[in-house]
Amino acid sequence: MNFDFSDDQKQLRDQARKFLAEKCPPKAVRVVLDGKAPYDKELWKGLAEMGFLGVAIPEEFGGAGAGHLELCVIAEEMGRANAPVPFSSTVYLAAEALLIAGSDAQKKKWLPAIASGEAIGTLALFEGKGNPSPRNVKLTAANGVLNGVKKPVADGAIADFAVVAARTGSSGRDNDISLFLVDLKAGGVEVKSLTNLDPTRGQAEITFRDAKAEPLGAAGEGWGILTQVLDRAAVLCAFEQVGGSDRALEMGRDYALDRIAFGRQIGSFQAVKHMLADMYVSATLARSNSYYGAWALSTNAAELPEAAAAARISATQAFQHCAKNNIQVHGGMGFTWEFDCHMYYRRANAMALGLGSLSYWEDQLIDRMRKKNAA
Amino acid sequence: MNFDDTPQEAEFRATARAWIGANAPKQYEEELRKSSLGRTVLKNANILEVAKAWQKKKADAGWACLHWPKEYGGRGSSPIERVIWSQEEGPFGQLSRMFIIGHGMCGPTMMAFAREEHKRTYLPPLASGEKVWCQLFSEPAGGSDVAGLRTRAEKDGNDWVINGQKIWTSGAHYSDYGILLTRTDPTVPKHKGLTMFFLDMKSPGVEVRPIKQASGASDFNEVYFTNVRIPDHQRLGEVGDGWNVSLTTLMNERSAIGAAVSTGFPELFEYCSSLMLDDGPAIEDRAVRSKLANWAVKASGLKYTSMRAISALSKGERPGPENSIGKLVAGSMIQDVATYALDLQGAGGVVSGEDGELAGRFQAMLLRAPGTRVEGGTDEIMRNIIAERVLGLPGDIRVDKDVPFNKIPTKGRG
Ligand SMILES: Cc1cc2nc3c(=O)[nH]c(=O)nc-3n(C[C@H](O)[C@H](O)[C@H](O)COP(=O)(O)OP(=O)(O)OC[C@H]3O[C@@H](n4cnc5c(N)ncnc54)[C@H](O)[C@@H]3O)c2cc1C
Repeated sequence: MNFDFSDDQKQLRDQARKFLAEKCPPKAVRVVLDGKAPYDKELWKGLAEMGFLGVAIPEEFGGAGAGHLELCVIAEEMGRANAPVPFSSTVYLAAEALLIAGSDAQKKKWLPAIASGEAIGTLALFEGKGNPSPRNVKLTAANGVLNGVKKPVADGAIADFAVVAARTGSSGRDNDISLFLVDLKAGGVEVKSLTNLDPTRGQAEITFRDAKAEPLGAAGEGWGILTQVLDRAAVLCAFEQVGGSDRALEMGRDYALDRIAFGRQIGSFQAVKHMLADMYVSATLARSNSYYGAWALSTNAAELPEAAAAARISATQAFQHCAKNNIQVHGGMGFTWEFDCHMYYRRANAMALGLGSLSYWEDQLIDRMRKKNAA
Repeated sequence: MNFDDTPQEAEFRATARAWIGANAPKQYEEELRKSSLGRTVLKNANILEVAKAWQKKKADAGWACLHWPKEYGGRGSSPIERVIWSQEEGPFGQLSRMFIIGHGMCGPTMMAFAREEHKRTYLPPLASGEKVWCQLFSEPAGGSDVAGLRTRAEKDGNDWVINGQKIWTSGAHYSDYGILLTRTDPTVPKHKGLTMFFLDMKSPGVEVRPIKQASGASDFNEVYFTNVRIPDHQRLGEVGDGWNVSLTTLMNERSAIGAAVSTGFPELFEYCSSLMLDDGPAIEDRAVRSKLANWAVKASGLKYTSMRAISALSKGERPGPENSIGKLVAGSMIQDVATYALDLQGAGGVVSGEDGELAGRFQAMLLRAPGTRVEGGTDEIMRNIIAERVLGLPGDIRVDKDVPFNKIPTKGRG
């Protein structure tokens, strides 16, 4: 047993942290936050050059072929820097769907483009309120074309292609759902940007009207593939959330050391100290659960579904907890647009919903634990 | 990152498993499996005797205090082997709870500060469970503020003469030895006038009076010292350096307790898996599932946090104050878990003991849980430790820091 990242992986983390500290300071995040750009193009290009976008993509498809542990390490740094780029939708969702279910031709077409930063991808799953469920997929596919509306689609307005979940049957079972690949720049696709909690990562509504689509994976297998994609993304997002939690905690700690009230550093007041200690506790639990998820993901262990759900819940809670209390520690300053606290608060709460809500994952976790116990 | 056993670890596991399979007191397995915090009872046997017999058997075969050096009665195992052992020992591991203070705190303190001949004399019988040790720190006037203690030690020839009172001493009523923190100089600030000793609990002048706990059990005691003589060679560390010595004990205490605290989660999950509520199985109820999931990730988070700590340890890193989170999280969790289990039982939840649901398992847990949040440092002290030593926040303001001990006020009001 060795429950830690390797020295090489830690070196990669340092490298990523340094790179992001330089290329993605809060000031750069704010350009996107303030709506002056839909995402940070320069950063995206830089990430591609560093090999970060294709870190888990095999070499034969233009990636670095390093693996998922390395991707977890990068994910943590993306979260810590609050990077305003379509990393999660492209790398965790679209690329992973292709890796799991893509044909050789599909992989050859899209994966090198992802690794080089030329293509942005996303997953179009949701249709309004609700959690991942075959029942909530109403968009239909027939005769090679899609009809229906997806919303919200993460980074939908800037994506080049989408993996779309569509209804292809009416049996009322999971195998009514199939996945399709759609070139979003082609005809029959209408994209509208939506305002959202976290403008540093956009959301869109995409309307498909007889839009051309090619199947991704076998017909009727869509839900099974999606479940795998969501589990993998849950672990990877958990690392972003862990990075965000740590950063929020650090900001709170630093402020508590600097700010004086009643003639003392506010960090010497026990109520403040204990709030920060509790943030540390939740961030640590999340990190540990995420490490277990990383191990399960990287080895494709039978434990992955349960580990992914646990990492997801724990990291979602930790990031929300740290982000909200970071504002509290900052007092009135924390509630200004000028201070960075709200960027993490926005990101924490947007991320809490992106792969399905907390209660959805709670439900998943218990189901999976039951199954394991029954086995 | 690797969660699987290495070939070497797998071999160790197989050896341990085979030995446990052939030697463990299987007749108690069922009862131990059904026990929980606050409710470890063997109906037809004295649990202390059963625990001592199991510990002795382990020691004779080289399975006691795995991480201790061999010359002191241990096995010289790696931290990971220790984890594997405890996984394999399963419910029988609960029997060693009797020895946790001796093995987890007194032993390491002896190892760090006792003379070599004392280590060789006292440690092996401690490892084998033949001799039980207790920790005599807390006093009516010094709990969280351990350094506020008043038990005096005065030099008389080659002996020290002890007078005073300890309180909350777990296991003192069946202990053979104890480590004792005393005040040797009341005229200097409180942290500077302390000295540590170990002593024979059967020494003349030691009186142990069991205290009945809130849970109804009597695991801890008051201990009175009247002119108790301790030879100077039983001093641990320098005169006046007792505070530093006690820090070693307390650090070890936190990792020993932190690693061993129960969360109550496995018990609750098992319960909800079979429990029928008015409108169906508990485990299918939305609200129940949400509660369970929240506790599940805390329990797994603690488990993997300790695995991370062990990985760090095996690379030669020192255990840090991070260990404080185990007890902090588990303490209030087990209290909440027990409260919730009773809530699921509705009005019937009020019935405890043998008459209660599952023979009062969760009721016993509820009544014992408050102690977990106090023993070995309260929740508040744990948060202070995390805030100060991990996050680097300022220490609490100490109004008594530079005041001679005998000038510090002793009561809050009047
Ligand atoms: C089951 C059990 C077993 C025990 N076993 C042993 C044993 O074997 N040997 C031994 O020596 N002791 C033992 N203890 C004693 C234990 O270590 C003390 O009870 C504990 O350290 C708290 O001290 P206290 O009881 O004096 O509470 P106090 O220190 O009086 O605390 C009262 C309240 O004030 C709070 N408080 C105190 N100081 C601070 C501060 N600086 N900041 C914020 N809040 C503060 C506490 O958190 C608590 O809520 C045991 C206790 C229990 C409950």
